Amino acid sequence: MKKEILICGGTGCTSSKSLELLDEMKKLIVEYGLEEKCSAHITGCLGFCEKGPIVKIFPKDTFYTKVQPEDAREIIETDIIKDELVNRLLYKLPGTEEEIPSQDDIPFYKKQLRIALRNCGIINPEVIEEYIGYGGYLALGKCLEEYSREEVIDIIKDSGLRGRGGGGFPTGLKWEFTKNSESDEKYVICNADEGDPGAFMDRSILEGDPHSVIEAMAIAAYVIGAKQGYVYIRAEYPLAIERLGKAIEQAREIGILGDNILGTDFSFNLGMKFGAGAFVCGEETALINSVEGQRGEPNPKPPFPSTSGLYGKPTLINNVETYANIPVIISKGAEWFNSVGTEKSKGTKVFALAGKVNNIGLVEVPMGTTLREILYDIGGGIQKGREFKAVQTGGPSGGCITAEDLDTPIDYDSLVAKGSMMGSGGMIVMDEDNCMVDIAKFYLEFTLDESCGKCTPCRIGNKRLYEILCKISDGKATEEDLDNLEDLSNIIKDTSLCALGQSAPNPVLSTIKSFRKEYEEHVLNHKCPAKICTSLLEYKITDDCIGCTKCAKICPAKCITGAVREVHVIDNTKCIKCGACFNGCPVHAIVKE
Amino acid sequence: MDYNYDIEQDMDKLRDYIDYLRIIKNEPGAVMPALQRAQQDYGFIPEAIVDIIALELGIHTSEIYGVATFYSQFRFEPKGEIDIAVCTGTACYVKGANDILTELTNLLGIKNGETSKDGKYSIEGIRCIGACGLAPVIKVNGDIYGNVSSKDIDKILKKYR
Repeated sequence: MKKEILICGGTGCTSSKSLELLDEMKKLIVEYGLEEKCSAHITGCLGFCEKGPIVKIFPKDTFYTKVQPEDAREIIETDIIKDELVNRLLYKLPGTEEEIPSQDDIPFYKKQLRIALRNCGIINPEVIEEYIGYGGYLALGKCLEEYSREEVIDIIKDSGLRGRGGGGFPTGLKWEFTKNSESDEKYVICNADEGDPGAFMDRSILEGDPHSVIEAMAIAAYVIGAKQGYVYIRAEYPLAIERLGKAIEQAREIGILGDNILGTDFSFNLGMKFGAGAFVCGEETALINSVEGQRGEPNPKPPFPSTSGLYGKPTLINNVETYANIPVIISKGAEWFNSVGTEKSKGTKVFALAGKVNNIGLVEVPMGTTLREILYDIGGGIQKGREFKAVQTGGPSGGCITAEDLDTPIDYDSLVAKGSMMGSGGMIVMDEDNCMVDIAKFYLEFTLDESCGKCTPCRIGNKRLYEILCKISDGKATEEDLDNLEDLSNIIKDTSLCALGQSAPNPVLSTIKSFRKEYEEHVLNHKCPAKICTSLLEYKITDDCIGCTKCAKICPAKCITGAVREVHVIDNTKCIKCGACFNGCPVHAIVKE
Repeated sequence: MDYNYDIEQDMDKLRDYIDYLRIIKNEPGAVMPALQRAQQDYGFIPEAIVDIIALELGIHTSEIYGVATFYSQFRFEPKGEIDIAVCTGTACYVKGANDILTELTNLLGIKNGETSKDGKYSIEGIRCIGACGLAPVIKVNGDIYGNVSSKDIDKILKKYR
């Protein structure tokens, strides 16, 4: 039995030298003359970024973590040649340090169900034959040969699939509307402008399984009657662009894209358009303007893209993760898919778990999984044993969920009920060291920066909102400001043109609702409990100071005085609170108060 | 910062670029790819290039600036020889990306979005690059460094000096 060495080639792992590791493995295979016995290649993201670079060895499904290029020789000599485990590289269970050799037994993977990510980490994304070997393009064949366009729509409708971009609109309905629009030309677009800071599932799918998106888009084109499709992808994702480009090329070569696909009279071409760093372009009408080469500003809806989209023609736009679910639904049937999930949210959702959680990475769980399961069973709890404070879901458009909602089953509707939203699925975990005013300010600053400026409520309203938040974090706000914050937020929500503006105040409203005390602490007592808001802090040097003079040397404001080997003093009237002394003190004698 | 763009020195690259413009000229929405290619070739959008795009595509420069200023990716001044990008996505932010920006300003004397007078360094805060598992992340001349703390910065920059 030939052994296969799979090395994760996602952005996280390639940033920590997984490609050098691959070269090293390939070199060693030749050096030891093992070409007949084993092969090494990259795969897509396995999701466990925290432990990267990850190496898996088939057929035994051995799972090695944090593998560096210099570990390659030991893996070849011990695992490949002697068929023994390299124990020091196995995943160790925190607490008991028990070694777990196989992926399926690791708690991080136990509660997951991988549908959208089904091929990520298993196939080599740069080889179309591997995708086909795993049942790829069968669904497209099935649609072209067996199903009518209406039948495909019925399957998608029955499956209960909803848009994974965050809004949760029923996908089958969207397809039906676009199909029913009369026009000589139609377009299919994939929204891969994953601008939500802290979400990276679309990137991982495109890097790890680009063909599933191509296949789904071809199916969609067949159903609605389009001949041309575009993937609108962020320029910030060079690796995803490269792999998708290769995949489109390979699909064209074997006749999956182009004219008369699989010998039928259906023709479909796919191109890529690159985003240039504008968050608002994730909004469908803005995205269409951007594909047309204009400023990416949204238009009022209706008309919806399904009646008038790209170049005024009916256009179907779905997110990457939505597309990734389509081929499996066609292959395995609607019942299989809708048996997973909750009553109104079917299937699974991929979440990008990041922030102060032990197991950072991509997790795919059935809808209805509770936050507690995601954070503690899969995520392994909070880093450094800190106290959990909140988790922000839905990025800048979402809100925070607190400890009391840990047992809420997560789906589209329950999150909206909690004042947050599914969004693209970013989950940023925060502990007691994060200040909620600061987090709200961070998100608002982001939205403000990304507001296109077309409508007044968003352009000016959010600016005023941001100014109030700055007053609060500077300790200059009054109680009246708190009331204004809420009033203004509600007005912006009601009057903005597109979803960016309508959801911009969500982080503010939800943090005020859940952490009013923290806001009041800033306003009434001029204190920041988490010690984040610099204007409300003072740096002090304690008696632990050894008088090494390092802090006085690095202080840009020259406000630290003291003789050698004596305790130094900070003049807080001159201190600019840059934190240089705090970071530079070799004995940690400087504290924030 | 002023920069000198010498069209004479640049003729070869420019010819290639104009050939590219002539290929995409008749496609709808050619402004975006034209700008993206210029940014890729030069690292920024020189003023002369905007005039050339206008000439080749037969549109007004104001329209090109309208598009170019809308998207944060396009810059109008060159980056430094050592181009430092700090990810300011949420995951990096909650793990202290701001401290890194502050440390960079302390070290190099330039703020976020600036290029140093000698053209050696530039700092910019960038949007989430999707490597949240490694937060906080910085990119130096395209190389990604993860789990960075303010203490590591000097060491990282030494490699490029």
